[in-house]
Amino acid sequence: MLKVLRDLLRYNREFLFGTLLIGIIIALVIASFFSPYDELTTYAVIPDMPPGGEYWLGTNSRGQDMFWQLAASMRNTLMFGLVVAIISRVIAIVVGLVSGYVGGKTDQIIMAFNDTLGALPNIPILLLLVFVMRDQMTWGVLALTAAMLGWTHDSRLIRSVALSLRTREFTRHAAFSGMRTGQVLFREHLPYVMPIVFFTTMNNLIWAIGLEVTLSILGFSDINRPTIGGMIYWANAHSAMVAGIWWWIAVPMLAVVILFLGLFLLAMSVNEYIDPRSRLARMGA
Amino acid sequence: MTLAMTNERSVAQAADVLTIKDLKAYYINDLFGVRREVRAVDDISLTVRRNEIYGIAGESSSGKTSLIKTIAGAIRPPMRVVGGEVRFDFGGKHIDVYAEPGKMKAARWQNLSYIMQGSMSVLNPVRRIKHAFNNFAFRHMGLDRTAFRARVESHLQRLGLDPNVLEAFPHQLSGGMRQRVTIALATVCEPEFIIADEPTTALDVLVQQDVLGLIKEVQERLGSSVVFVTHDMSVHAAITDRLAIMYAGRLAEEGPTQAMFDTPQHPYTAHLIASLPRIGDTATRKSLAGKPPSLANPPTGCRFHPRCPIAIDRCSREVPDMLPSAIGGRVACFRAGEVSVK
Amino acid sequence: MNGYLNYVAKRFGQFVFVVVTGVTLSFLIAHFSPVDPVEQTVSLLTNFGATDPRTVEVLRQSLRELYGTDGSLLSQYFLFWGRVLTGDFGPSLSAFPTPVMTIIGRALPWTIGLLTLATLISWVIGNFLGAIAGYFRNSRAIKLVGLFVMALQPIPTYITGLTLLIVFGFLWPILPISGGAQLNLTPAASWAYISSVIQYGTLPALTLVLVGMGGWFVSMRSLVSNIVTDDYVVYAELAGVPSRTVFSQYVARNAMLPQVTGLALSLGNVFGGAVIVEFIFNYPGIGKLMIAGIYAGDYSLVLGVTTFSVIAVATAVFLIDILYPLIDPRVKLG
Ligand SMILES: Nc1ncnc2c1ncn2[C@@H]1O[C@H](COP(=O)(O)OP(=O)(O)OP(=O)(O)O)[C@@H](O)[C@H]1O
Ligand SMILES: [Mg+2]
Repeated sequence: MLKVLRDLLRYNREFLFGTLLIGIIIALVIASFFSPYDELTTYAVIPDMPPGGEYWLGTNSRGQDMFWQLAASMRNTLMFGLVVAIISRVIAIVVGLVSGYVGGKTDQIIMAFNDTLGALPNIPILLLLVFVMRDQMTWGVLALTAAMLGWTHDSRLIRSVALSLRTREFTRHAAFSGMRTGQVLFREHLPYVMPIVFFTTMNNLIWAIGLEVTLSILGFSDINRPTIGGMIYWANAHSAMVAGIWWWIAVPMLAVVILFLGLFLLAMSVNEYIDPRSRLARMGA
Repeated sequence: MTLAMTNERSVAQAADVLTIKDLKAYYINDLFGVRREVRAVDDISLTVRRNEIYGIAGESSSGKTSLIKTIAGAIRPPMRVVGGEVRFDFGGKHIDVYAEPGKMKAARWQNLSYIMQGSMSVLNPVRRIKHAFNNFAFRHMGLDRTAFRARVESHLQRLGLDPNVLEAFPHQLSGGMRQRVTIALATVCEPEFIIADEPTTALDVLVQQDVLGLIKEVQERLGSSVVFVTHDMSVHAAITDRLAIMYAGRLAEEGPTQAMFDTPQHPYTAHLIASLPRIGDTATRKSLAGKPPSLANPPTGCRFHPRCPIAIDRCSREVPDMLPSAIGGRVACFRAGEVSVK
Repeated sequence: MNGYLNYVAKRFGQFVFVVVTGVTLSFLIAHFSPVDPVEQTVSLLTNFGATDPRTVEVLRQSLRELYGTDGSLLSQYFLFWGRVLTGDFGPSLSAFPTPVMTIIGRALPWTIGLLTLATLISWVIGNFLGAIAGYFRNSRAIKLVGLFVMALQPIPTYITGLTLLIVFGFLWPILPISGGAQLNLTPAASWAYISSVIQYGTLPALTLVLVGMGGWFVSMRSLVSNIVTDDYVVYAELAGVPSRTVFSQYVARNAMLPQVTGLALSLGNVFGGAVIVEFIFNYPGIGKLMIAGIYAGDYSLVLGVTTFSVIAVATAVFLIDILYPLIDPRVKLG
């Protein structure tokens, strides 16, 4: 594993660049734990200071230091993405492996359900939920809901691999030697689907964070909890653009771009590493 | 017509259409700094004459397809030509395949056509057959649309195909019909040189006979040269004039087909011939011990020596040259001619 | 032909299944929410002054009827289906007493127009560039374009939209950034009106195109780089077929087909993007309607729009699905 990482860093420029960008983000998250301010307090510093020596990224109209605000927001936003990604990964793996391993009618039914769920437009349903839940809509509930909506595509992918594993020698051996289904899936099949899981996790993370950013910008999450989208929400609420406090908008937007580009580059290069066909294509002539 | 007569004819008109010299082509994978070479074509020299069917035999993975892809200038990464040359002589028009890609491109389908291995998948799945003929052959024929269509239809009929197949999609045809279509496609421009890679392998025996007859007939009518690749020795016995045996990316032996079947000079040739089933034969055939060698890391000396029943010390140290053999061909073996088919 | 009918029937079954699931889900979310829409609306209205207890009680009763929150769960569920099938979601609260369906009807052409155009453009451009990038792998210029297109794709719609709004609305104000058309123009088939619609639609459409393009680009490129190693492509190249023909008739044609299926699969997401874009640019479509409804606490409007969008997306997917066999000769019907 370590050797793979080293090789990727050395020979894959996308991976190197992606690691660099995500490195910045992680540094920011670590910094958030050493913040001199409580992330929820307002009017702790002089408002509306442009970026400079004292306040690196300036301060906003609510009297918050943008740097520390950004650090806390990044941590919360990433946290949200990770929670969604982990929960939906578990669902996707279980559904995909079981459906692929059991096969037959069960598989058909599970996949029909899977595809139906995947065909529903997420945003309107989430918005409806946000609407009816109102103040009860904490980030935890939101994460759970997003996780429920975000696994269908990946479970189908995992299922197709599981389906191809089903007929392999070792599955039969394992089944004959009296392993229970759960054991077969966990010990024999899981390792094979891990690369796909890794790749889809990146994409899922991108999707989940995008969702969070979008909903918070609209003010549909807990607006007091600092998040990247929340920062933009407050900037909009104070008409930062019109008032000329451009850094209030620019800082979170830049952070989003760095985060998403980093994740995307990592996902892409890992995918390339996994898929021999695209490796071949890369070598060109 | 007997094989002997064919041979005389080709000798009489001896003129080489294809000359290969010291050809080396490797699959080179260079990933994350680890280099892996598969030497699928390793130092091969041979010539193909006008108006003959030249067979190439050898077990699976011996590099047959790789060799003829290199001949046809059809290599794609990760394969690379590492050394040697391939030259064609189409009635005075000389082409060095790897030095003159432009000339080669112009000669494709006009002078040289190719029937790919796995002909089931060589037709565009979403277009009707007629488009394949238009794309492949139209610009070489110098005919207008209607005359071209008429020519294609009569050509198909001669090959026992209903002209209606032109309006069909590939998936609507049976395997045998598709194979015939690819043969029609490869011969419609009446090229001097046809390369056929396992054109009969996927077919059942009766259709196989048909297709073999077809290729033979077309070849005789056009007087072209055919390089015919298959691992099936009985097919070689039935159709080829001269035969080359490949083993692990190299030539083991080459010679007149009939003579090679009578008195194989190389122990590997003898093994291939001995493993052919014969009528009235009940004894089980002895299969060769050991596995085919890895082309990424081939054995030293003669590549066949680990499996050779008559190997001597020298075989593992020195690489045998291709030298003239007793039956008018060439052979790469220190103990050439010392085995016989029981 | 019989085979085709069978195929359509099967797809229709799927379509019905998706719609039933979506409508049921909407119903359940609405029903099991901790918030009572009747009480919520009542409190919203009483905030504006109507505090006479008797009036409030009458209001409460009529709202219960309106929202169908009387009776058992099952009877409420069937009542809800009745409303869905007749397209009657009751009057909107924020635009009382206009029926929700009328408001949706007014917004619908805007969303359909914007979405269809933007989706088609991004599909065509993304696939075209992706196909070129997959086929001419060694061209530097194409690699550069590809990098740009791909880098845009993971960025959330909102950020791209906001950036465009800042650039073309504030820094270099050349395009209108709010609304669907100039307000003082009456909708008519006049050039002035149409050109105004185009101008106002440019930024929203551009956002959707920029966001959508990358996905098509990436998947098309990988499809094509797989297809170029397929036998029929290698064979055509070997035969000396001109590369323009190989590209268009062999490579692109084959790679296009899965992308049509992909289009159907992505419609749900595309619709989500439209909701955001309409909000940013204050575009008078369904999405803006929904968000405005949420801000205004307009229960029937939000529920109506959600249910309607689920059905609309499912319908669009169904249409693409049943048209697909007409372009792919290989689909085995039956
Ligand atoms: N794209 C590739 N990359 C790496 N190695 C390859 C590639 N294609 C073929 N090889 C290797 O080259 C060797 C020769 O393959 P080739 O296809 O020429 O064999 P063949 O004699 O035609 O076999 P068959 O009778 O099965 O068609 C094999 O060991 C194969 O594994
Ligand atoms: Mg082969």
